[in-house]
Amino acid sequence: MLRKTFETEIKQVKDEVLLLGSMVEQAIIGSVESLKKRDLKASRQILANDIEINKKRFKIESQLMILIATQQPMAHDLRLLASTMEIISELERMGDYAKGIANINLRMGDQPLLKPLIDVPRMAQKGVDMLHRALTAFVNEDVDTARALPREDDEVDALYNQVYHELMLFVIQDPKSIERANWLLWVAHNLERVADRVTNICERTVFIATGEMVEIQNTDDEFWKEQNSTDA
Amino acid sequence: MNNEKMQTKNLSVHYGKFRALTDINLTVQTNKITAIIGPSGCGKSTLLRSFNRMNDLTPSARMDGEILLDGENINVSGVDVVDVRRRVGMVFQRPNPFPKSIHDNVTYGPRLYGIRNKRDLDEIVEKSLKQAALWDEVKDKLHQSGLSLSGGQQQRLCIARALAVEPEVILMDEPASALDPISTLKIEELMHDIVKDYTIIIVTHNMQQAARVSDYTAMMMIDEHRSGRMIEFNDTNVIFTNPKDKRTEDYVTGRFG
Repeated sequence: MLRKTFETEIKQVKDEVLLLGSMVEQAIIGSVESLKKRDLKASRQILANDIEINKKRFKIESQLMILIATQQPMAHDLRLLASTMEIISELERMGDYAKGIANINLRMGDQPLLKPLIDVPRMAQKGVDMLHRALTAFVNEDVDTARALPREDDEVDALYNQVYHELMLFVIQDPKSIERANWLLWVAHNLERVADRVTNICERTVFIATGEMVEIQNTDDEFWKEQNSTDA
Repeated sequence: MNNEKMQTKNLSVHYGKFRALTDINLTVQTNKITAIIGPSGCGKSTLLRSFNRMNDLTPSARMDGEILLDGENINVSGVDVVDVRRRVGMVFQRPNPFPKSIHDNVTYGPRLYGIRNKRDLDEIVEKSLKQAALWDEVKDKLHQSGLSLSGGQQQRLCIARALAVEPEVILMDEPASALDPISTLKIEELMHDIVKDYTIIIVTHNMQQAARVSDYTAMMMIDEHRSGRMIEFNDTNVIFTNPKDKRTEDYVTGRFG
C-alpha cells in the first residue's frame, strides 16, 4: 500500500473514532435524560445502542489490526495506531457507564427518584463536553488542549461531592431511603468515571504527538486522600 | 571495562573528487548489534566497508579521519590490513560460498592464517557451523559443495566462514535481503545468539529487521552535496518509536524516498 493510501486509511480510522465518540456522548446524555424522566423505554434503547457501540469498537479494532499487520507502522504512526486502540477501549468503557445508568433506571422500576436530578445532569453534560473536546484534540493532535483538559475534571468531582453529601443527608434523615440513594450514587459515580477516562484519552493524545508517556495529574487522588484521613 | 569496540572520528571518505561520506562520528558498543539505516546511496555500505578497510580495495577511495578498533586507529599507514580484516569480518548481501566443499569453505580462513592440524580444523568447522546454526543440517555432508546448499544455508555457511577465524567484529551488509522470510529469521536468530561473543554492525534496508535485531541504530542521509552524513544515532527503540530528527521519522514511516 502506498503512503498516500495509508494516510487515507488513518484518516478513516480517526473519523470512525469520532463517530464512536458521538455514539458514546449520546448514550451518556440519553441515559441520564431517561433516568430524569423515568423513561424505561428510552433506557432499553440505551442498552440496545450499547451493542452497536461495542460492535463499532471491534470494527475499528480490526481496522487497526489490519493496518498494523500490513503497514508495520513506525514512530508517530505506531504511536497513533497503538494509542487509538487504547482510546477506543476507553470509549467502549464509557459506553458501559451509560449502560449502567440505564440499568439502574430499569431496576428502579416504578419507584420515584429520591430527589429531582439537577447536579447529575450537569455532571453528564460536563463529562460529555470534556469528552468531545478530548476527541477533537486527539484528531488534531492538539497537545495544549490535551494537557489542559484533565484539570476540568475538578468540576465534575466537585459536583460528585455535592451529590454524595446531599444523598448522605437523605439517608441520615430517613435510613429507609438508602437503596434509592445508593442508586443515584452509582449514577453519579459512573459519571465521575467518565471524566476520569477523558484524562486517559488526553494522555494518549500527548503521547501520540510528543512520544512522552505522561500521567496528567488531576485532583482525584487528593480528594481520596482527604476522604481517607477524615475516615481515620 | 571499555565498551567501545569501534569508533569513527570525523571520518570522511572520497571516491576521487566525490565525497561519499562526511564527518561520521559513530561509536559501536561491544557485544551489541548496531544497525545502519538510510535511503539508497546515503553511504551505508561505504561506512560499513570503512570498518575493515575494505574501501582500500577501491583504487580511487581515500579515507580521512580516525577509525578506532579497541581504541587504536586502524586508518593509518603501516597497519596490518590483513590482521584488521581477520579481527573485523564481513558477510555480504548475496551468499558467496567458494566453489569448494562445506568443510573447505569454513577452513579456508584458518588455513590462510596457518592452522594445518586436521583435528583443529575439524573442531573449528563444527564450532563455526554450530554458531551459525547450520551444523545439524550439514554435519553428514561436509564434503559436498557449498554451492549445493539452499540460499539461506549458503548465507549461514558464509557466516560460519566469517566466524571460523574468530573475528571480534562482524560486518553484515544486507545479510538477509536475498533470503526468504524463514531463512531471514534464522539469520536474525543466529545474530542474536552470537552477539554475546562478537560485536555486530549491520546495514539493512529492512526497517523491521533493524528494529528487531539491533540495540542501536544509526540513521544516515545525504546532504545537499550528495555526501552521506549520520543524522541521528540512538537506542533502536527510540529511533523506531520516537525519533528526534524529522528526517528519521519520515524515513522510518515511509514518507521519504
